[in-house]
Amino acid sequence: MTVQEFFAMGGYAFYVWTAYGVALIVLIANIIIPVVQRKQFLRRQASKQKR
Amino acid sequence: MLLIPDSVVRFFHRMASPPHFYAFTERLMPWLTVIFLLLTAAGLYGGLYLAPPDYQQGDSYRIIYIHVPSAWMSLFIYVVMAIAGAIGLIWRIKLAEIVAISSAPVGAGFTFIALVTGSLWGKPMWGAWWVWDARLTSELILLFLYLGVIGLYGAIDDKRVASKAVAILALVGVVNIPIIHYSVEWWNTLHQGPTVTKMDKPSIHVSMLIPLLLMALSFKLYYLIAMLQRARTELLMRERNSQWVRTMVLENEQ
Repeated sequence: MTVQEFFAMGGYAFYVWTAYGVALIVLIANIIIPVVQRKQFLRRQASKQKR
Repeated sequence: MLLIPDSVVRFFHRMASPPHFYAFTERLMPWLTVIFLLLTAAGLYGGLYLAPPDYQQGDSYRIIYIHVPSAWMSLFIYVVMAIAGAIGLIWRIKLAEIVAISSAPVGAGFTFIALVTGSLWGKPMWGAWWVWDARLTSELILLFLYLGVIGLYGAIDDKRVASKAVAILALVGVVNIPIIHYSVEWWNTLHQGPTVTKMDKPSIHVSMLIPLLLMALSFKLYYLIAMLQRARTELLMRERNSQWVRTMVLENEQ
């Protein structure tokens, strides 16, 4: 199988790769969001506690 | 209670202590991540490259490797959320409340993925992006239940009260879980019936089944990682006035 054949997915490239792309975006977002929120919270609390 | 070994009881007692939970999950995270990445790599290699195309559906069936594990997770996480919610409701264990609410966005994410990938699979195979079929409709209701839980929790400022409300909503919504599972048997649906759980004679070839099970395991690990990340954030916010969080905030500054 060539690389082109692999990405062509037997003519279903759009459906298969969109499905995998959507899943990737949602899964990454669900990890990044809480981690960013935690960092923001820690920064906010630090400046609050100094006062 | 007599059947549970002492060390297990002690483990859960310690895990219910917020600072211990926070430190323990931090040490756990790299291990979970490595196992998750290995399972995902093996599952995708097997599913996208090694497994042959389907004799009827060609390569379009490869959507199964995210669609089916996501749909399984959407049900699994809902049940975990309801059980954790019930434990929080009955024994007032703060960490159970946090596990319940931290599961909601991850479950909603998997439900969304199951719906979108199903749509992307339905279009080339059925000729329609969406049909009001029993399986699809009940899964859509599951997404609304998750969003209801998230919205309700956000709408109540006192998080102990919010956790109670959310637990009751989650428990009532459990009625939808068997409906989703049996929808393909109870009603005539366009959605195909079970292929994997017919254990006497699974109608899926082993070269397709193994990557599917690997992806199912990988998504279980993902759930643990994403849920624990949420739980750690939620825990800090709830315990912001306690001594251990105040100390940690100062240490984090340096």
